[in-house]
Amino acid sequence: MQYLLTLYVDESIWPKMTREQQEQGGAAYMAYTEALKAAGALKNSNRLQPSASATTLRTTNGKTQVQDGPFADSKEQLAGYYLIDVPDLDAALTWARRCPAVGHGVVEVRAVWEMS
Amino acid sequence: MDAQEGGAQARNTADAVARRSYGKLVAYLAARTRDVDAAEDALAEAFAAALSDWPRNGCPENPEAWLLTVARRKFLDALRNNRRTEPASDQLERMAEGLAAATDEREFPDQRLGLMFACAHPAIDVGIRAPLMLQAVLGLDAAKIASAFLVSPATMGQRLVRAKQKIRQAGIPLRIPEREELGDRLETVLDAIYAAFAEGWIDASGTDVARRELAEEAIYLCRLVTELLPGEPEAMGLLALMLYAESRRRARRDAQGEYVPMAEQRVEDWNASMIEEAESLLLRACSLEALGRYQLEGAIQSAHGSRRRTGRANWNEVVQLYDALLSYAHSPVVAINRALAIAELEGAQAGLDAIEGFVGDPRLVEYQPWWAARAELLVRTGRREEARHAYDIAIGLERDEPVRRFLDRRRSAIIS
Repeated sequence: MQYLLTLYVDESIWPKMTREQQEQGGAAYMAYTEALKAAGALKNSNRLQPSASATTLRTTNGKTQVQDGPFADSKEQLAGYYLIDVPDLDAALTWARRCPAVGHGVVEVRAVWEMS
Repeated sequence: MDAQEGGAQARNTADAVARRSYGKLVAYLAARTRDVDAAEDALAEAFAAALSDWPRNGCPENPEAWLLTVARRKFLDALRNNRRTEPASDQLERMAEGLAAATDEREFPDQRLGLMFACAHPAIDVGIRAPLMLQAVLGLDAAKIASAFLVSPATMGQRLVRAKQKIRQAGIPLRIPEREELGDRLETVLDAIYAAFAEGWIDASGTDVARRELAEEAIYLCRLVTELLPGEPEAMGLLALMLYAESRRRARRDAQGEYVPMAEQRVEDWNASMIEEAESLLLRACSLEALGRYQLEGAIQSAHGSRRRTGRANWNEVVQLYDALLSYAHSPVVAINRALAIAELEGAQAGLDAIEGFVGDPRLVEYQPWWAARAELLVRTGRREEARHAYDIAIGLERDEPVRRFLDRRRSAIIS
Protein backbone atom coordinates (compact mmCIF):
# COMPACT_ATOMS: atom_id res chain seq x y z
CA MET A 1 0.00 0.00 0.00
CA GLN A 2 1.10 3.55 -0.59
CA TYR A 3 1.08 6.02 2.26
CA LEU A 4 1.59 9.76 2.25
CA LEU A 5 3.49 11.10 5.22
CA THR A 6 2.79 14.80 5.51
CA LEU A 7 5.12 16.84 7.69
CA TYR A 8 3.85 19.83 9.64
CA VAL A 9 6.32 22.06 11.45
CA ASP A 10 6.53 25.43 13.16
CA GLU A 11 8.13 27.54 10.40
CA SER A 12 9.31 30.25 12.77
CA ILE A 13 11.97 27.92 14.20
CA TRP A 14 14.06 27.28 11.08
CA PRO A 15 15.16 30.93 10.46
CA LYS A 16 16.20 31.26 14.11
CA MET A 17 18.51 28.25 13.94
CA THR A 18 22.27 28.72 13.55
CA ARG A 19 23.82 27.71 10.24
CA GLU A 20 25.32 24.69 11.91
CA GLN A 21 21.95 23.62 13.34
CA GLN A 22 20.35 24.03 9.92
CA GLU A 23 23.03 21.85 8.37
CA GLN A 24 22.47 19.20 11.01
CA GLY A 25 18.73 19.36 10.43
CA GLY A 26 19.14 19.04 6.69
CA ALA A 27 21.52 16.11 7.11
CA ALA A 28 18.97 14.26 9.26
CA TYR A 29 16.38 14.52 6.48
CA MET A 30 18.96 13.47 3.87
CA ALA A 31 19.81 10.39 5.92
CA TYR A 32 16.14 9.53 6.41
CA THR A 33 15.49 9.85 2.68
CA GLU A 34 18.49 7.66 1.89
CA ALA A 35 17.29 4.99 4.32
CA LEU A 36 13.84 4.98 2.67
CA LYS A 37 15.49 4.64 -0.76
CA ALA A 38 17.77 1.83 0.38
CA ALA A 39 14.77 -0.09 1.73
CA GLY A 40 12.99 0.35 -1.60
CA ALA A 41 10.11 2.09 0.17
CA LEU A 42 10.42 5.61 -1.26
CA LYS A 43 8.17 6.62 -4.14
CA ASN A 44 8.64 10.36 -3.96
CA SER A 45 9.43 13.15 -1.51
CA ASN A 46 9.77 16.89 -1.47
CA ARG A 47 10.32 19.81 0.81
CA LEU A 48 7.98 22.74 0.21
CA GLN A 49 8.65 26.48 0.11
CA PRO A 50 7.42 28.36 3.23
CA SER A 51 3.64 28.55 3.63
CA ALA A 52 3.74 32.33 3.14
CA SER A 53 4.43 31.53 -0.51
CA ALA A 54 1.18 29.55 -0.77
CA THR A 55 -1.81 30.68 -2.81
CA THR A 56 -5.28 29.33 -2.02
CA LEU A 57 -8.28 28.95 -4.31
CA ARG A 58 -11.86 28.43 -3.24
CA THR A 59 -15.27 29.11 -4.72
CA THR A 60 -17.78 31.18 -2.77
CA ASN A 61 -21.18 32.04 -4.21
CA GLY A 62 -20.14 30.64 -7.56
CA LYS A 63 -17.10 32.92 -7.77
CA THR A 64 -13.60 31.52 -7.54
CA GLN A 65 -11.46 33.47 -5.15
CA VAL A 66 -7.70 33.47 -5.31
CA GLN A 67 -6.10 34.35 -2.01
CA ASP A 68 -2.60 34.86 -0.75
CA GLY A 69 -1.55 32.49 2.03
CA PRO A 70 -1.99 28.88 3.12
CA PHE A 71 -5.30 27.00 3.57
CA ALA A 72 -5.02 26.52 7.33
CA ASP A 73 -3.93 29.30 9.63
CA SER A 74 -2.21 27.21 12.29
CA LYS A 75 1.11 27.23 14.09
CA GLU A 76 2.30 24.10 12.32
CA GLN A 77 2.32 24.34 8.54
CA LEU A 78 2.73 21.74 5.82
CA ALA A 79 6.45 21.70 5.10
CA GLY A 80 7.00 18.59 3.03
CA TYR A 81 5.92 15.05 2.28
CA TYR A 82 7.11 11.52 1.70
CA LEU A 83 5.17 9.10 -0.49
CA ILE A 84 6.13 5.58 0.56
CA ASP A 85 5.13 2.06 -0.50
CA VAL A 86 4.98 -0.46 2.34
CA PRO A 87 2.82 -3.52 3.20
CA ASP A 88 0.57 -2.03 5.90
CA LEU A 89 -0.06 0.72 8.45
CA ASP A 90 2.33 -0.78 10.99
CA ALA A 91 5.17 -0.57 8.48
CA ALA A 92 4.15 2.99 7.56
CA LEU A 93 4.10 3.98 11.24
CA THR A 94 7.53 2.43 11.75
CA TRP A 95 8.89 4.71 9.01
CA ALA A 96 6.93 7.71 10.27
CA ARG A 97 8.45 7.31 13.75
CA ARG A 98 11.92 7.59 12.24
CA CYS A 99 11.11 10.82 10.41
CA PRO A 100 13.07 13.78 11.87
CA ALA A 101 9.89 15.90 11.78
CA VAL A 102 8.44 13.85 14.67
CA GLY A 103 11.11 15.48 16.86
CA HIS A 104 10.11 19.07 16.07
CA GLY A 105 6.65 18.89 14.50
CA VAL A 106 3.81 16.59 13.50
CA VAL A 107 3.67 13.78 10.97
CA GLU A 108 0.35 12.61 9.55
CA VAL A 109 0.13 9.18 7.95
CA ARG A 110 -2.56 8.56 5.33
CA ALA A 111 -3.17 5.67 2.99
CA VAL A 112 -3.46 6.49 -0.68
CA TRP A 113 -6.81 5.66 -2.31
CA GLU A 114 -5.76 2.97 -4.73
CA MET A 115 -7.49 2.84 -8.09
CA SER A 116 -7.97 -0.42 -9.92
CA MET B 1 -36.85 -36.67 11.53
CA ASP B 2 -39.64 -34.15 11.00
CA ALA B 3 -39.03 -30.65 9.70
CA GLN B 4 -39.46 -29.00 13.03
CA GLU B 5 -36.98 -31.28 14.72
CA GLY B 6 -34.52 -30.80 11.85
CA GLY B 7 -34.89 -27.02 12.15
CA ALA B 8 -34.19 -27.13 15.88
CA GLN B 9 -31.16 -29.32 15.37
CA ALA B 10 -29.84 -27.06 12.61
CA ARG B 11 -30.27 -24.06 14.85
CA ASN B 12 -28.46 -25.77 17.74
CA THR B 13 -25.57 -26.77 15.51
CA ALA B 14 -25.36 -23.27 14.04
CA ASP B 15 -25.40 -21.74 17.53
CA ALA B 16 -22.66 -24.07 18.68
CA VAL B 17 -20.50 -23.28 15.64
CA ALA B 18 -21.13 -19.56 16.08
CA ARG B 19 -19.99 -19.78 19.68
CA ARG B 20 -16.96 -21.91 18.85
CA SER B 21 -15.80 -20.53 15.52
CA TYR B 22 -17.37 -17.15 14.75
CA GLY B 23 -14.24 -15.11 15.43
CA LYS B 24 -12.04 -17.66 13.70
CA LEU B 25 -14.15 -17.44 10.55
CA VAL B 26 -14.26 -13.62 10.58
CA ALA B 27 -10.52 -13.38 11.21
CA TYR B 28 -9.77 -15.85 8.45
CA LEU B 29 -11.92 -14.05 5.89
CA ALA B 30 -10.73 -10.57 6.87
CA ALA B 31 -7.03 -11.37 7.29
CA ARG B 32 -6.09 -10.74 3.67
CA THR B 33 -8.44 -7.92 2.81
CA ARG B 34 -8.62 -6.17 6.22
CA ASP B 35 -12.31 -5.83 5.41
CA VAL B 36 -13.93 -6.88 8.70
CA ASP B 37 -17.32 -5.54 7.65
CA ALA B 38 -17.46 -7.61 4.46
CA ALA B 39 -16.26 -10.69 6.38
CA GLU B 40 -19.03 -10.25 8.95
CA ASP B 41 -21.65 -9.77 6.24
CA ALA B 42 -20.50 -12.84 4.32
CA LEU B 43 -20.56 -14.92 7.47
CA ALA B 44 -24.03 -13.69 8.39
CA GLU B 45 -25.24 -14.76 4.94
CA ALA B 46 -23.56 -18.13 5.34
CA PHE B 47 -25.30 -18.69 8.68
CA ALA B 48 -28.64 -17.72 7.10
CA ALA B 49 -27.98 -20.18 4.26
CA ALA B 50 -27.17 -22.88 6.82
CA LEU B 51 -30.45 -22.36 8.63
CA SER B 52 -32.37 -22.94 5.41
CA ASP B 53 -30.18 -25.74 4.03
CA TRP B 54 -29.38 -27.88 7.09
CA PRO B 55 -32.97 -28.71 8.14
CA ARG B 56 -33.61 -30.07 4.62
CA ASN B 57 -30.33 -31.83 3.90
CA GLY B 58 -29.10 -32.57 7.40
CA CYS B 59 -26.24 -30.93 9.27
CA PRO B 60 -22.91 -31.33 7.48
CA GLU B 61 -20.21 -33.46 9.04
CA ASN B 62 -17.89 -30.46 9.26
CA PRO B 63 -20.15 -27.42 9.76
CA GLU B 64 -17.20 -24.98 9.94
CA ALA B 65 -15.92 -26.06 6.52
CA TRP B 66 -19.44 -25.80 5.10
CA LEU B 67 -19.87 -22.27 6.47
CA LEU B 68 -16.42 -21.24 5.33
CA THR B 69 -17.06 -22.42 1.78
CA VAL B 70 -20.34 -20.50 1.54
CA ALA B 71 -18.97 -17.42 3.32
CA ARG B 72 -15.92 -17.33 1.08
CA ARG B 73 -18.10 -17.39 -2.03
CA LYS B 74 -20.35 -14.62 -0.69
CA PHE B 75 -17.29 -12.67 0.41
CA LEU B 76 -15.63 -12.77 -3.01
CA ASP B 77 -18.93 -11.95 -4.74
CA ALA B 78 -19.34 -8.92 -2.51
CA LEU B 79 -15.77 -7.77 -3.12
CA ARG B 80 -16.18 -8.11 -6.90
CA ASN B 81 -19.46 -6.24 -6.88
CA ASN B 82 -18.49 -3.59 -4.43
CA ARG B 83 -16.68 -0.59 -5.82
CA ARG B 84 -15.99 0.93 -2.43
CA THR B 85 -13.04 -1.37 -1.69
CA GLU B 86 -11.76 -1.07 -5.23
CA PRO B 87 -9.07 -3.71 -5.01
CA ALA B 88 -7.02 -4.03 -8.15
CA SER B 89 -8.21 -7.03 -10.15
CA ASP B 90 -4.92 -8.92 -9.80
CA GLN B 91 -5.08 -8.35 -6.06
CA LEU B 92 -8.61 -9.76 -6.04
CA GLU B 93 -7.45 -12.82 -7.95
CA ARG B 94 -4.64 -13.39 -5.47
CA MET B 95 -7.15 -13.18 -2.66
CA ALA B 96 -9.47 -15.61 -4.41
CA GLU B 97 -6.59 -18.03 -4.89
CA GLY B 98 -5.47 -17.65 -1.31
CA LEU B 99 -8.94 -18.35 -0.02
CA ALA B 100 -9.47 -21.22 -2.45
CA ALA B 101 -6.20 -22.88 -1.47
CA ALA B 102 -7.51 -23.33 2.03
CA THR B 103 -10.78 -24.92 0.91
CA ASP B 104 -9.52 -28.43 1.28
CA GLU B 105 -8.00 -27.92 4.68
CA ARG B 106 -10.22 -29.26 7.38
CA GLU B 107 -8.45 -27.06 9.84
CA PHE B 108 -8.07 -23.43 8.88
CA PRO B 109 -5.58 -21.23 10.75
CA ASP B 110 -6.71 -19.40 13.86
CA GLN B 111 -6.08 -15.70 13.19
CA ARG B 112 -8.26 -14.35 15.96
CA LEU B 113 -5.30 -12.92 17.80
CA GLY B 114 -4.33 -10.90 14.72
CA LEU B 115 -7.90 -9.63 14.58
CA MET B 116 -7.72 -8.62 18.24
CA PHE B 117 -4.48 -6.74 17.67
CA ALA B 118 -6.15 -4.89 14.78
CA CYS B 119 -9.22 -4.02 16.90
CA ALA B 120 -7.02 -2.63 19.68
CA HIS B 121 -4.54 -0.95 17.32
CA PRO B 122 -3.21 2.40 18.60
CA ALA B 123 -4.62 3.99 15.43
CA ILE B 124 -8.16 2.98 16.52
CA ASP B 125 -9.95 5.34 18.90
CA VAL B 126 -9.42 4.04 22.42
CA GLY B 127 -13.10 4.13 23.36
CA ILE B 128 -14.23 1.85 20.53
CA ARG B 129 -11.53 -0.84 20.89
CA ALA B 130 -13.45 -2.97 23.40
CA PRO B 131 -16.79 -2.79 21.53
CA LEU B 132 -15.02 -3.56 18.25
CA MET B 133 -13.36 -6.62 19.71
CA LEU B 134 -16.64 -7.85 21.17
CA GLN B 135 -18.30 -7.53 17.79
CA ALA B 136 -15.58 -8.78 15.46
CA VAL B 137 -14.23 -11.63 17.56
CA LEU B 138 -17.37 -12.75 19.39
CA GLY B 139 -20.12 -11.63 17.04
CA LEU B 140 -22.05 -9.57 19.61
CA ASP B 141 -24.51 -7.29 17.85
CA ALA B 142 -24.26 -3.52 18.07
CA ALA B 143 -27.52 -3.15 20.02
CA LYS B 144 -26.35 -5.48 22.77
CA ILE B 145 -22.94 -3.82 23.00
CA ALA B 146 -24.64 -0.42 23.04
CA SER B 147 -26.87 -1.37 25.96
CA ALA B 148 -23.88 -2.63 27.94
CA PHE B 149 -21.88 0.53 27.26
CA LEU B 150 -24.90 2.78 27.88
CA VAL B 151 -24.97 4.48 24.50
CA SER B 152 -27.67 4.47 21.85
CA PRO B 153 -27.58 1.56 19.38
CA ALA B 154 -27.41 4.01 16.45
CA THR B 155 -24.36 5.77 17.92
CA MET B 156 -22.62 2.50 18.71
CA GLY B 157 -23.42 1.17 15.23
CA GLN B 158 -21.92 4.24 13.57
CA ARG B 159 -18.79 4.15 15.70
CA LEU B 160 -18.26 0.46 14.94
CA VAL B 161 -18.69 1.06 11.22
CA ARG B 162 -16.19 3.93 11.34
CA ALA B 163 -13.63 1.81 13.19
CA LYS B 164 -13.94 -1.02 10.66
CA GLN B 165 -13.61 1.50 7.85
CA LYS B 166 -10.41 2.73 9.46
CA ILE B 167 -8.94 -0.79 9.56
CA ARG B 168 -9.64 -1.23 5.86
CA GLN B 169 -8.78 2.25 4.58
CA ALA B 170 -5.68 2.83 6.69
CA GLY B 171 -4.42 -0.69 6.06
CA ILE B 172 -4.21 -1.85 9.66
CA PRO B 173 -2.79 -5.38 9.52
CA LEU B 174 -4.53 -8.34 11.17
CA ARG B 175 -1.49 -9.92 12.65
CA ILE B 176 0.59 -10.33 15.76
CA PRO B 177 3.11 -7.47 16.01
CA GLU B 178 6.86 -7.95 15.87
CA ARG B 179 8.61 -8.92 19.07
CA GLU B 180 9.98 -5.42 19.81
CA GLU B 181 6.50 -3.91 19.64
CA LEU B 182 4.62 -6.80 21.20
CA GLY B 183 4.74 -5.53 24.78
CA ASP B 184 3.13 -2.17 24.08
CA ARG B 185 0.65 -3.57 21.61
CA LEU B 186 -0.41 -6.40 23.92
CA GLU B 187 -1.08 -3.80 26.60
CA THR B 188 -3.65 -2.09 24.36
CA VAL B 189 -5.36 -5.45 23.73
CA LEU B 190 -5.45 -6.24 27.46
CA ASP B 191 -6.69 -2.73 28.29
CA ALA B 192 -9.57 -3.15 25.84
CA ILE B 193 -10.48 -6.53 27.33
CA TYR B 194 -10.39 -5.05 30.83
CA ALA B 195 -12.57 -2.14 29.68
CA ALA B 196 -15.18 -4.64 28.49
CA PHE B 197 -14.96 -6.47 31.81
CA ALA B 198 -15.28 -3.26 33.83
CA GLU B 199 -18.44 -2.32 31.92
CA GLY B 200 -19.86 -5.73 32.74
CA TRP B 201 -18.78 -5.49 36.35
CA ILE B 202 -20.74 -2.32 37.12
CA ASP B 203 -23.94 -4.34 37.23
CA ALA B 204 -23.15 -5.98 40.54
CA SER B 205 -26.45 -7.80 40.88
CA GLY B 206 -26.06 -9.45 37.53
CA THR B 207 -29.68 -8.75 36.70
CA ASP B 208 -28.75 -7.01 33.49
CA VAL B 209 -27.97 -9.92 31.21
CA ALA B 210 -26.06 -7.88 28.62
CA ARG B 211 -23.68 -6.65 31.30
CA ARG B 212 -23.16 -9.94 33.11
CA GLU B 213 -22.39 -11.61 29.82
CA LEU B 214 -19.94 -8.86 28.99
CA ALA B 215 -17.81 -9.84 32.00
CA GLU B 216 -17.92 -13.47 30.88
CA GLU B 217 -17.03 -12.53 27.31
CA ALA B 218 -14.08 -10.48 28.55
CA ILE B 219 -12.81 -13.49 30.49
CA TYR B 220 -13.28 -15.61 27.37
CA LEU B 221 -11.25 -13.14 25.27
CA CYS B 222 -8.45 -13.00 27.80
CA ARG B 223 -8.37 -16.81 28.00
CA LEU B 224 -8.00 -16.78 24.23
CA VAL B 225 -5.00 -14.46 24.48
CA THR B 226 -3.31 -16.65 27.09
CA GLU B 227 -3.91 -19.72 24.91
CA LEU B 228 -2.83 -18.23 21.58
CA LEU B 229 0.05 -16.23 23.04
CA PRO B 230 1.36 -18.35 25.90
CA GLY B 231 4.16 -17.07 28.10
CA GLU B 232 2.85 -13.49 28.41
CA PRO B 233 2.69 -12.80 32.16
CA GLU B 234 0.52 -9.69 31.88
CA ALA B 235 -2.18 -11.60 30.00
CA MET B 236 -2.15 -14.19 32.78
CA GLY B 237 -2.24 -11.39 35.34
CA LEU B 238 -5.32 -9.83 33.76
CA LEU B 239 -7.09 -13.18 33.52
CA ALA B 240 -6.33 -13.79 37.21
CA LEU B 241 -7.55 -10.30 38.14
CA MET B 242 -10.87 -10.81 36.35
CA LEU B 243 -11.34 -14.30 37.78
CA TYR B 244 -10.83 -12.99 41.34
CA ALA B 245 -13.42 -10.28 40.75
CA GLU B 246 -15.83 -12.67 39.06
CA SER B 247 -15.42 -15.21 41.88
CA ARG B 248 -17.05 -12.71 44.24
CA ARG B 249 -19.94 -11.72 42.00
CA ARG B 250 -22.56 -13.77 43.89
CA ALA B 251 -21.27 -12.59 47.28
CA ARG B 252 -21.78 -8.94 46.35
CA ARG B 253 -25.52 -9.29 47.02
CA ASP B 254 -27.31 -10.76 50.03
CA ALA B 255 -30.49 -12.82 49.84
CA GLN B 256 -32.57 -9.64 49.72
CA GLY B 257 -30.54 -8.28 46.83
CA GLU B 258 -28.78 -5.67 48.98
CA TYR B 259 -25.18 -4.68 48.28
CA VAL B 260 -22.50 -6.32 50.46
CA PRO B 261 -19.05 -4.66 50.59
CA MET B 262 -16.07 -6.98 50.22
CA ALA B 263 -15.10 -6.88 53.90
CA GLU B 264 -18.54 -8.17 54.89
CA GLN B 265 -18.94 -10.83 52.20
CA ARG B 266 -19.30 -14.48 53.21
CA VAL B 267 -16.18 -16.22 51.91
CA GLU B 268 -18.25 -19.38 51.38
CA ASP B 269 -20.06 -17.46 48.66
CA TRP B 270 -16.84 -16.90 46.72
CA ASN B 271 -16.30 -19.24 43.78
CA ALA B 272 -13.44 -21.47 44.93
CA SER B 273 -12.53 -22.95 41.56
CA MET B 274 -12.18 -19.49 39.96
CA ILE B 275 -9.94 -18.39 42.84
CA GLU B 276 -7.80 -21.50 42.49
CA GLU B 277 -7.38 -20.91 38.77
CA ALA B 278 -6.46 -17.29 39.44
CA GLU B 279 -3.89 -18.29 42.05
CA SER B 280 -2.17 -20.74 39.73
CA LEU B 281 -2.18 -18.19 36.89
CA LEU B 282 -0.48 -15.63 39.12
CA LEU B 283 2.14 -18.16 40.20
CA ARG B 284 2.90 -19.02 36.57
CA ALA B 285 3.03 -15.33 35.61
CA CYS B 286 5.33 -14.60 38.54
CA SER B 287 7.76 -17.33 37.48
CA LEU B 288 8.26 -15.50 34.15
CA GLU B 289 9.78 -12.56 36.04
CA ALA B 290 8.32 -9.65 34.12
CA LEU B 291 6.15 -7.77 36.58
CA GLY B 292 3.40 -5.49 35.33
CA ARG B 293 0.26 -3.64 36.25
CA TYR B 294 -2.21 -6.48 35.81
CA GLN B 295 -0.12 -8.96 37.78
CA LEU B 296 0.06 -6.45 40.62
CA GLU B 297 -3.68 -5.84 40.52
CA GLY B 298 -4.22 -9.59 40.50
CA ALA B 299 -1.88 -9.96 43.47
CA ILE B 300 -3.84 -7.29 45.37
CA GLN B 301 -7.02 -9.28 44.81
CA SER B 302 -5.21 -12.37 46.02
CA ALA B 303 -4.13 -10.57 49.20
CA HIS B 304 -7.71 -9.42 49.79
CA GLY B 305 -8.80 -12.99 49.32
CA SER B 306 -6.44 -14.33 51.97
CA ARG B 307 -9.39 -13.88 54.33
CA ARG B 308 -10.66 -17.13 52.83
CA ARG B 309 -7.67 -19.02 54.23
CA THR B 310 -6.55 -17.01 57.27
CA GLY B 311 -9.76 -15.29 58.34
CA ARG B 312 -8.43 -11.82 57.63
CA ALA B 313 -7.23 -9.79 54.65
CA ASN B 314 -3.49 -9.21 54.45
CA TRP B 315 -3.53 -5.40 54.58
CA ASN B 316 0.21 -5.10 54.94
CA GLU B 317 0.71 -6.90 51.65
CA VAL B 318 -2.13 -4.95 50.02
CA VAL B 319 -0.47 -1.62 50.89
CA GLN B 320 2.91 -2.80 49.61
CA LEU B 321 1.37 -3.96 46.35
CA TYR B 322 -0.44 -0.64 45.90
CA ASP B 323 2.89 1.14 46.46
CA ALA B 324 4.36 -0.92 43.63
CA LEU B 325 1.30 -0.36 41.44
CA LEU B 326 1.57 3.42 41.89
CA SER B 327 4.98 3.26 40.23
CA TYR B 328 3.35 1.69 37.13
CA ALA B 329 0.16 3.72 37.05
CA HIS B 330 0.25 6.95 39.00
CA SER B 331 -3.49 7.38 38.94
CA PRO B 332 -5.77 8.86 41.59
CA VAL B 333 -7.85 5.66 41.38
CA VAL B 334 -4.90 3.60 42.59
CA ALA B 335 -4.14 6.22 45.25
CA ILE B 336 -7.69 6.01 46.62
CA ASN B 337 -7.59 2.24 46.97
CA ARG B 338 -4.16 2.47 48.56
CA ALA B 339 -5.48 5.01 51.07
CA LEU B 340 -8.31 2.65 52.07
CA ALA B 341 -5.76 -0.10 52.70
CA ILE B 342 -3.54 2.26 54.71
CA ALA B 343 -6.59 3.16 56.80
CA GLU B 344 -7.02 -0.52 57.71
CA LEU B 345 -3.40 -0.73 58.75
CA GLU B 346 -2.69 2.63 60.40
CA GLY B 347 -6.08 4.19 61.01
CA ALA B 348 -8.50 6.40 59.11
CA GLN B 349 -6.47 9.60 59.58
CA ALA B 350 -3.45 8.03 57.88
CA GLY B 351 -5.76 7.06 55.02
CA LEU B 352 -7.09 10.60 54.71
CA ASP B 353 -3.56 12.01 54.80
CA ALA B 354 -2.61 9.74 51.91
CA ILE B 355 -5.25 11.28 49.62
CA GLU B 356 -5.08 14.85 50.91
CA GLY B 357 -3.27 15.89 47.72
CA PHE B 358 -6.26 14.91 45.57
CA VAL B 359 -8.82 17.12 47.32
CA GLY B 360 -10.25 19.41 44.66
CA ASP B 361 -8.78 17.38 41.79
CA PRO B 362 -11.13 18.05 38.85
CA ARG B 363 -10.68 14.47 37.59
CA LEU B 364 -12.39 13.17 40.73
CA VAL B 365 -15.39 15.48 40.90
CA GLU B 366 -17.65 12.91 39.22
CA TYR B 367 -15.83 9.80 40.40
CA GLN B 368 -18.15 8.01 42.82
CA PRO B 369 -15.53 5.81 44.56
CA TRP B 370 -13.56 8.93 45.53
CA TRP B 371 -16.53 10.41 47.41
CA ALA B 372 -17.54 7.07 48.94
CA ALA B 373 -13.99 6.37 50.13
CA ARG B 374 -13.59 9.86 51.51
CA ALA B 375 -16.96 9.70 53.27
CA GLU B 376 -16.01 6.41 54.93
CA LEU B 377 -12.70 7.75 56.20
CA LEU B 378 -14.25 11.03 57.36
CA VAL B 379 -16.84 9.14 59.42
CA ARG B 380 -14.14 7.14 61.13
CA THR B 381 -12.23 10.29 62.08
CA GLY B 382 -15.40 11.88 63.46
CA ARG B 383 -15.75 14.60 60.80
CA ARG B 384 -19.49 13.96 60.53
CA GLU B 385 -20.65 16.99 58.57
CA GLU B 386 -18.01 16.57 55.89
CA ALA B 387 -18.79 12.85 55.79
CA ARG B 388 -22.51 13.51 55.23
CA HIS B 389 -21.68 15.90 52.40
CA ALA B 390 -19.34 13.37 50.76
CA TYR B 391 -21.99 10.63 51.07
CA ASP B 392 -24.55 12.91 49.45
CA ILE B 393 -22.35 13.35 46.41
CA ALA B 394 -21.44 9.63 46.29
CA ILE B 395 -25.15 8.72 46.38
CA GLY B 396 -25.92 11.30 43.72
CA LEU B 397 -23.27 9.86 41.40
CA GLU B 398 -24.15 6.15 41.87
CA ARG B 399 -26.25 4.51 39.18
CA ASP B 400 -26.76 1.12 40.86
CA GLU B 401 -29.86 1.08 43.09
CA PRO B 402 -28.66 -1.38 45.80
CA VAL B 403 -25.32 0.43 46.12
CA ARG B 404 -27.24 3.69 46.50
CA ARG B 405 -29.29 2.17 49.31
CA PHE B 406 -26.11 0.86 50.94
CA LEU B 407 -24.50 4.30 50.88
CA ASP B 408 -27.71 5.80 52.20
CA ARG B 409 -27.71 3.38 55.15
CA ARG B 410 -24.10 4.32 55.88
CA ARG B 411 -25.00 7.98 55.79
CA SER B 412 -27.99 7.51 58.11
CA ALA B 413 -25.82 5.60 60.58
CA ILE B 414 -23.74 8.70 61.25
CA ILE B 415 -24.62 9.76 64.78
CA SER B 416 -25.35 13.44 64.84
